[in-house]
Parts: sequence; structure tokens; C-alpha cells
Amino acid sequence: MPKSSAPLIIGLIIALVVGGILIGENINLLPVDASSNATVYDELFKVLFSIGTILFLGIVGLVIYSLIRFRRKPGQIGDGLAIEDNLPLEIFWTAVPTIVILFVGLYSYDIYDRMGGMQSLQHANHNSQQMAANQRIWGGIGSGSISANNMEGKVGALPVEVTAMQFAFLFHYPKGDILTGELHVPVGEPVSLRMESKDVIHAFWVPEFRIKQDVIPGQPTILNFTPTKPGRYPIICAELCGPYHGGMRSTVVVEESNDYQTWFEKNSKDITTQT
Amino acid sequence: MTISIPPVNEGDSIKLQPKGFLRYFSFSLDHKVIGLQYLVCGFLFYLIGGVLAGAIRIELTSPISDFMARDVYNQVLTLHGTIMIFLWIVPVVNGAFGNYLIPFYVGARDMAFPRLNAVAFWMIPPAGLLLISSYFINGAAESGWTAYPPLSITTPAAGQLIWIFSVLLLGGSSIFGGINFIATILKLRRPGLRLMNLPMYCWAMLGTSILVVLSTPVLAGTLVLLSFDIVAHTGFFNPALGGNVVVYQHLFWFYSHPAVYIMVLPAFGLVSEILPVHCRKPLFGYTTMVYSIMAIVVLGFVVWAHHMFTSGTPPWMRLFFTIATSFIAVPTGIKFFNWVATLWGGRISLNSAVLFSCGFIINFVLGGITGVALAQVPFDIHVHDTYFVVAHFHYIVYGGSVFVIFSSIYHWYPKFTGKLLNENLGRIHFLLTFIGFNLCFAPQHWLGLNGMPRRVAEYDPQFTLVNQISSAGALLMAISTLPFLWNVFYSAFKGTIAGDNPWQALTPEWLTSSPPPIENWEGSAPLVTKPYGYGLDPKAIKNESTENIEEEI
Repeated sequence: MPKSSAPLIIGLIIALVVGGILIGENINLLPVDASSNATVYDELFKVLFSIGTILFLGIVGLVIYSLIRFRRKPGQIGDGLAIEDNLPLEIFWTAVPTIVILFVGLYSYDIYDRMGGMQSLQHANHNSQQMAANQRIWGGIGSGSISANNMEGKVGALPVEVTAMQFAFLFHYPKGDILTGELHVPVGEPVSLRMESKDVIHAFWVPEFRIKQDVIPGQPTILNFTPTKPGRYPIICAELCGPYHGGMRSTVVVEESNDYQTWFEKNSKDITTQT
Repeated sequence: MTISIPPVNEGDSIKLQPKGFLRYFSFSLDHKVIGLQYLVCGFLFYLIGGVLAGAIRIELTSPISDFMARDVYNQVLTLHGTIMIFLWIVPVVNGAFGNYLIPFYVGARDMAFPRLNAVAFWMIPPAGLLLISSYFINGAAESGWTAYPPLSITTPAAGQLIWIFSVLLLGGSSIFGGINFIATILKLRRPGLRLMNLPMYCWAMLGTSILVVLSTPVLAGTLVLLSFDIVAHTGFFNPALGGNVVVYQHLFWFYSHPAVYIMVLPAFGLVSEILPVHCRKPLFGYTTMVYSIMAIVVLGFVVWAHHMFTSGTPPWMRLFFTIATSFIAVPTGIKFFNWVATLWGGRISLNSAVLFSCGFIINFVLGGITGVALAQVPFDIHVHDTYFVVAHFHYIVYGGSVFVIFSSIYHWYPKFTGKLLNENLGRIHFLLTFIGFNLCFAPQHWLGLNGMPRRVAEYDPQFTLVNQISSAGALLMAISTLPFLWNVFYSAFKGTIAGDNPWQALTPEWLTSSPPPIENWEGSAPLVTKPYGYGLDPKAIKNESTENIEEEI
């Protein structure tokens, strides 16, 4: 390669990196972020989207450039350059993906940790005997956020028991003994779901919260989250569960604290919890 | 050296085979006939799977379930997945091209076990017909191609059992094929041909066959246990009887993740054969390509639980599978950089074979990038089981493997038939397929990110427009098949005579007549130690070859 083309190549690489980062940072492909998890998730998404854009445009650009630049012109005969190997080049393009992968891996580990994924699983308001009875409780992301919040002196998480069945979700609030088909939660407060399925595998997914956890028969799972924006968001079953799988939807209503309290008191069967 | 080329025509079996067109319907032992049987049979199933895909896309043009009954929709998506994987891509990238090319590449006159080879092929049509017939008996399986219990235990038993039985047959066929490839590549190489002289497709098939032979039995065992749960009411995977549903997922994905490499590694090999010929350049970085295939094989065994990040896996396990999965991107990346380097500085003929191969590179890079993203637990938690995943794996298996199958058909059709395919029709085919494919699947990334789960017949009305765009892309893909089919039929009868070696290729299958005689070469098999020696002095190649022979002897 002639030396004169070096500045051009460096310029193109810089343009590619800057362009990729601009695209990744500015094009939003995600729905509204309505939980503390979602903001962390969107941060990861932007980084992955930027790296992906740079790699994709870079490789596709090289392929299309080669196809145009090195196409066989009419009348051309003979073969191309007989280059079979280039060790420094091979080392270079082994090292680049390795470094990118290591960076992505470490970064996503950090994100995972910030979502509470690496903390030990616990569920608010389920006493230790109950935990022992189900020796192995598995959880989704955010499983550990409660203890973190407790340390900060916040109130404990709101416990809700979720039962999934063909083709509905049922929500039971142990405090107040409320049974409802629509999940109501106060904004800014941690919520802890303990989920179990009555029949086949379902999955609890709220796209605006960026969380998903399978709901498994015979195996309770836990999902913790903290909603941050009031509104009504869909709860979607994400695991094929039968003919009406597509219709297995519910709603999570994130309300301001006093609205939630009003709803709670109206529906509560347990008089002692009413204030 | 105790290895020798199999003796010419020792028995009468080959003489007794029907001649002419009829031999394609017979229990032929000729590897070339079997290869084409795999290819045509696979393509017929591809058309059936494509009709099912069309039915899915028609249902999804409206947000309500209105085109077919809900349980029929689930049967259709189950059959679509099963047919496309087990009856189209796996048999074609392995069985069809493997059988046709591997004996040429190792300098043999047939596969190591010709009868086993024929048995392996003839298990496929009955298994496929059985699978499809289940729809007309009592409804096909409706629990998806993953057949997760307890859903697969509670849905109508007949369809599910027939599904299990046909997948077992297809798995058996695949294992027979894998054993045959390993034996042929390692034991039937002609004297003087070293492993590191082999064309890249041999390495891809060696790696793939190791995956097939080691992982398919696990699927078979799992499905047998599942059938016991259905028939004999055992409780392996039934939580009502003390079983565990997550164990099934581990066992299932222990096969079904390697299955992805069973579908793409041979495609990698085929592209490595096609690009050097039409670029008139040696395949760049042969040695690193070989090692990256083997690295993918090894890593492919330890990544399965990335399909289960939301299903109840402890944090350490999620972390391990994230790291292992991410690292597959390194050997895969090496292969892509090497192909780009093969293009660089070549004299590229922009024909249909090259266009489809480059289409494969572009699509697969996108599928690979979303794959690395999906490997990250926190990313996957949101998009798992959504249309983002649907888009991702179609970029891998359609944008990857199927594009390579088309590229290979354009490249080897002159070898199969002695006629050339029409280039203009081929380019129209490529353009329609490439645009249709991207129009169909690129928008599905957005659908998944914004809240559309997979395997649904009804969805939030806000996604209607994007789904209709996707369906329009599917229509283009369906239309793209027409010029291809016309081209294949028309060229078989009226195509330009290709000559023995229309691409002036150096790999051994081109060093005989087109189509080749029954035992591949009239005389002895040529020794090709530099299958990618483009741009080199032909005399130098020849001299080196003879030196090698002398060395060996």
C-alpha cells in the first residue's frame, strides 16, 4: 500500500468510529424507560449499538469497495495477486475482536452487577421457612436490589405473588390479601415478584422495564424491579404456552404513591393494614 | 502408507444401478447421485417450509388472529422450524454438498461406507412425509421446534409423538452421515494428500461431523425420555410428577446450539471454496481458517445455556455462558476478515455465485453482531423470546446458510449438469432475495426491542405497519424463487454447454468431466496439494505435486 494513502485510511477509520458512535447514541430503537433497570439497559444498548454499527459498516464497506475496485473489467485476463497469508495481519484481526469482546464482556458484567444480577437472591416478606421449603429459588435480573435498598434505609420491597396459567396472570398481594388481574405498583418503590406457574412455562415480560423472567411450574422464580415512571405498561407472556399465547397479556399500572394507596385501601380485604 | 483408493467397480452393485434419470429415484450407492438426491429432496422441503412461512406472514399482516385457527398457527410455526432446520438446511449443507464434493476433495472414488450413505439419505423422505402427514392425522405438533415440556406433554399426543419419531429418524440419518464423512476424510485420502492440503470444505465437514456425532445422540436420548413422559406418563420432565422442566432445556440446547454450527460451518466451508475461484486468488490465511473452524467446534459445545438466560439459571452460570458465547465471535471474525482479504486485490467476476457469497458475508456479519449482543445476559433478558431473536437467527440461517446454498448451486450447477445457469436470471434472483430478505427480517429487530414476543398470532396494533413491511419482504422472497426455478429447469435442457471446467478452478472436482463419470475419474485421481494456487505459475504447482508424491512413496 502506498504511503500517500495512509492519511486517507486513518481519516476513514476516524469517520467510521465517530459516525458509529453518533448513530448509536442518537438513534433510539427502544420504548420508554420506565424502571431503574431500563436506564442502565439503555446505556448498554447504546454502547453495543455503536460498536455494532462501526463493525458492520466497516466490514460491509470493505466488501462493497473490494467488489467494485477489484471487479474483473472487460478484457482483463489472468489471476489476482497470489497472496496466501500475512501473519501480522492475522494477529491484528485476531487481537481486535478479542479486545472488543473483552471490553463488551467486562462492560456487560458491570451492567449486570448494577442491575443486581450478581447479588444473592432474596425475596422480601417471605420468611426463611418458606425459602427453605423451596430450596432452590431462581431469579431474574434485579434479584438483589432489595438488600441494596434496605441498606440505604428505604422501606422494604412490595411483595407480590404472581401465578401464571393458560392464559392469564394473577397477582396476589399478601399485605391486604388482594387478588387482581392487573398489577398495581407505586412509582419509585422496589417491587418483588415471586412467580410460579400452574401449568406450562410462561414468561413475565414488561418491555418498558427491560426485564423478563420465565414463570416455571414446580419451580418458583423471583423478579425484582423499581418502576420510575407512572403509566400503564403491557405485561406480555414471552414463552409459547398454547393456542392463546399471543393473547396472554396484562397491564402493570405504575401510580403515584397516594393513587396507589387509594387503590390499595379500596381493594384490601385485610382491615388491619388499612390506615 | 496402507491407504489406497478403493478398487474400481469390484462388485456388480454399481453395474446393477439404474442408468439415466431413474437412478435418482433408486437406492444408488454413487456419492454424486446421493448428493443430488439430498439437494433436490431438501429443496422440495424448502418449498413446503416456505409455504408455511408465507402462511405465518399472512397471519401477521393483521394484529388479530384471523387467517387460521390459533392451534393451527402453532402447528404451522412448529412445522416451519422443524422442516427448515432438519429437512432443508442440515441435509443440504451437509448431505448434499458433502456427499458430492468430499470424495473428490480427498481423491476417493466414493464415500467410505456407500451403503450407509444411501441408507442415511433414504431415511429423510419418509421422515419428512411422516412429519407433514401428522398435520392430516390429528394435527401436527404445536409446541414449537423446541418442544419444551410441559407444553409438549399437554398438547395433543399424536402430533407430538410423530414429531419426535421423525426428528429421531432425521437425527439418525445425520449421525450416519457424520460417521461417513469423518471416515472418508481421515481414511480415504489418496496417497500424498496431507490434511493441510485439503480444501477448506473438508475441514468444515470434519468439524461439523464431530459436532453431529457427539451432540445428536443427546437430542435423541432427550426426545426418547420426552416420548416416555407422553406415552407412559413417566415424570422426567413433568413437574406434576416430580420432574424438572429446566433439565429438558439443558439437554435440548446441548444439541440444538451445536446444530447452529452444523448449519453454518459447512456454509463457511463452501464460501471458502467459491470465493477463491471467482476472485482468482488463493484463500487467504488457510492455516488460521482451519484453526478457527476447530475453535468454533470446541467452543460450540460450551455455550448452550445462553438460550436459557431467563429460564432459571444461577448468576455464575449466566456469566460463564456469556463469556464462552462471546468468544465464538473471535474465530468467526477471523474467518470473515480472511474472506475480505481474499476479495482484496482479486480479479473478481461479479457473477451470481459471488453475489450470493457476498450477500452471505453482509447478512452474517449483522447476524453475528446481534449474536454477540444477545450473548450478554443483561441485553438478552429484555429481547429473549422476541422478534429480535427471530430476526437474529434468520440472519444466521437464512442470510447465512441459505444464501450460501444458492451461491453453491450457481457455482456447482455446471459440474452437476454440464450446463451453465443463466447469469441474468441469477442476478435477478439475487437482487430479489437480498432485498426481500432484508425487508422481511431487518424490521423485526425493532419489533422485538419494542415489545413483540415471538410465536404469536396476535399482537399490539401499534406493530401492524412494520409487520406488513416484513410480510411484503416475505412476498418478495417467495417471488425470488420463480426466476431460480425457471433458470434451473430451463438451463438443464437448453442451457449453454459449460465444458468440464468453466471457472478454470483448481479443486479436484473440476479436474474431470462435467458431469463426472461414475467413479469420478477415468484414470487415476489427480493429486492436488494446492487447491487454491491461483496466481501461481502452473508449472510450479505441478512440480511441487510430483515432488510430494515422490516424498510419500
